Amino acid sequence: MNPAMNSALNSGMAPVATPWFFYALAGLAVASGLAVITRRNAVHSALALIVTLLSVAGLYLMLYAPFVAGVQIIVYAGGIMVLFLFVIMLVNIERSSKDRQFNRMWPVGLAAACALLALFVSVIVKGKAVLNDPITGKALWPDPMRLPESSNTQQVAAMLYGQAGRMGEYTFAFEIASLLLLVAILGAVIMTKKKI
Amino acid sequence: MLTSFMSYLGSTLTPGSAGNQLWALIYVLIIFAGVSVTVMCMNWLERKALAHFQVRLGPMRVGPHGLLQPIADALKLMLKEDIIPAEADQFVFWVAPLIGLLAAFTVYTVIPFGPSQAVSDMNIGILFMLGVSSLGVLGIVVAGWASNSHYPLIGALRSSAQMVSYEVAMGLAVVSAILMTSMNVSGTGTLSMIGIVQAQQQQGIWFIFKFFPLGLIAFVIFAIAMVAEVNRAPFDLAEAESELTAGFHTEYSGLRWSLFMLAEYAAMIAVSAIAVTLWLGGWMRPFPNLLHAAAWDFIFSLFPGLTFGGLAAIAFIGTARMPTQSFFKIQRIGLAVFAALIGFIALFLLAIAVVAGLSADTSLVARFNQGIGYVYWFVLKVAVFMYLFIWYRATWPRYRFDQLMRVGWKVLLPISLGVLILTAIVGVIVS
Repeated sequence: MNPAMNSALNSGMAPVATPWFFYALAGLAVASGLAVITRRNAVHSALALIVTLLSVAGLYLMLYAPFVAGVQIIVYAGGIMVLFLFVIMLVNIERSSKDRQFNRMWPVGLAAACALLALFVSVIVKGKAVLNDPITGKALWPDPMRLPESSNTQQVAAMLYGQAGRMGEYTFAFEIASLLLLVAILGAVIMTKKKI
Repeated sequence: MLTSFMSYLGSTLTPGSAGNQLWALIYVLIIFAGVSVTVMCMNWLERKALAHFQVRLGPMRVGPHGLLQPIADALKLMLKEDIIPAEADQFVFWVAPLIGLLAAFTVYTVIPFGPSQAVSDMNIGILFMLGVSSLGVLGIVVAGWASNSHYPLIGALRSSAQMVSYEVAMGLAVVSAILMTSMNVSGTGTLSMIGIVQAQQQQGIWFIFKFFPLGLIAFVIFAIAMVAEVNRAPFDLAEAESELTAGFHTEYSGLRWSLFMLAEYAAMIAVSAIAVTLWLGGWMRPFPNLLHAAAWDFIFSLFPGLTFGGLAAIAFIGTARMPTQSFFKIQRIGLAVFAALIGFIALFLLAIAVVAGLSADTSLVARFNQGIGYVYWFVLKVAVFMYLFIWYRATWPRYRFDQLMRVGWKVLLPISLGVLILTAIVGVIVS
């Protein structure tokens, strides 16, 4: 049992983030993820992808990151998937469902996915013991930060934008990322419009 | 079970924050039943009001003044044959109305009817509401596609383009209201629905009047975008009956069709609740800071009872004005019983207000009375919006699609961006 659950128990409230929820959400994410690639009908795949994204949002909630979960729902499930469906609906389903679903490269893709999985598993199994910063000797993988639900969003904002005149830890990276997005938006407009 | 039922009664927290699952369930059931009944009443009110706008009578036959019409409609829809077109995608056709319904009702978990009259108070409340209500469009899009027919597909395409466009302006308007919450004494803003109302209480001003006219402009942008967001006239291009027969739900009938209607009205109430919470002070009665004496509290606590009394009086006048032929005898008796029922509710509410006014502030009756007041003012503000929705529908002609897109992207979006930037600047200067 992790410390956060302990403190939640001590304060007299039953923790909602039980392992049962994790396995249910993770199982749902994996099952619907498999459905995304195995369905022949593109709209069915898109619906399965929405289920995957929503269950990942649930996992974020369990990681004490409600803000990320909310953004996941609003951006991915609500915004991007609607655009996906918008495009998919214009595709000729009759013809595309007769196309071959996997091309000849699928064994390579499978191998790559398995390698990634093996990497994840090995990091989880012995990462904490092995991975130390070579210079300072500090663990590269500190215990995860658990901010209380009531101040989580405010803490995220303090990290991104800074607080009380100090620059936040991630202000620079955040600004770079937003600039990148702006360039992408401008690029999309320029590529689609012949005359501006 | 009894202890968990009793232990919450004196609490000032929402059931979600208090961790009381029993009361959370009770709240969910009350909200579900309340919204469903409200949707039925709205159905009657909309037909009646639209008819009167057009100098017609509207439903008159089923019950006095057609009061039982929604029940007759519901019965008809439940008994009607449920047709699934042969060429439709069976599973998706079946699941589409449920997506819309789930999205519309999930939102109600965070709507604050009062400081403790909400199922739960999330720290990301408004974000959750916007995100989940934007999932509702998936139901419409998928329904149009699964019908495998031309008009529904066009309706679905229109609706998805429209929702995605108006969500942007809507989100920016909401952000400018959230910026205002950071003008609190503590200096940190909040996304929690209850927190937003408490911020308005603390600053002593509804956000619609804050930084005049910035709050007002943001509110107007939201009020326009929310009509587009729930696909109501004049932005109801997804179901434009003159062009697309019935748009995305052309192929639907019976119970499934009524689920779409239920989802649409539930979403209307939900977006109105967002507008009320963000700009109109949520559950607060008028002038809570200016007229805060105990006498004023008592006067305002009489309002719920007086409202019901007024409704009862209208119903009694209606009874007296019914035709005297024997044919209308049963209807007259029915309307009189209905009026008497409303009158009893009015008396009950007035009695509670008086008893609460005489007893101590912390007694259970006083707290119950407070709760009634919160819910009453919240529902009253939402009801104004619901009437506006009907009024819009009766008044304005439908937009053409390119006009709709132009308004969304070239008018609302730049204005809301400007308001957002100005709000930030003014906020920094003031603080």
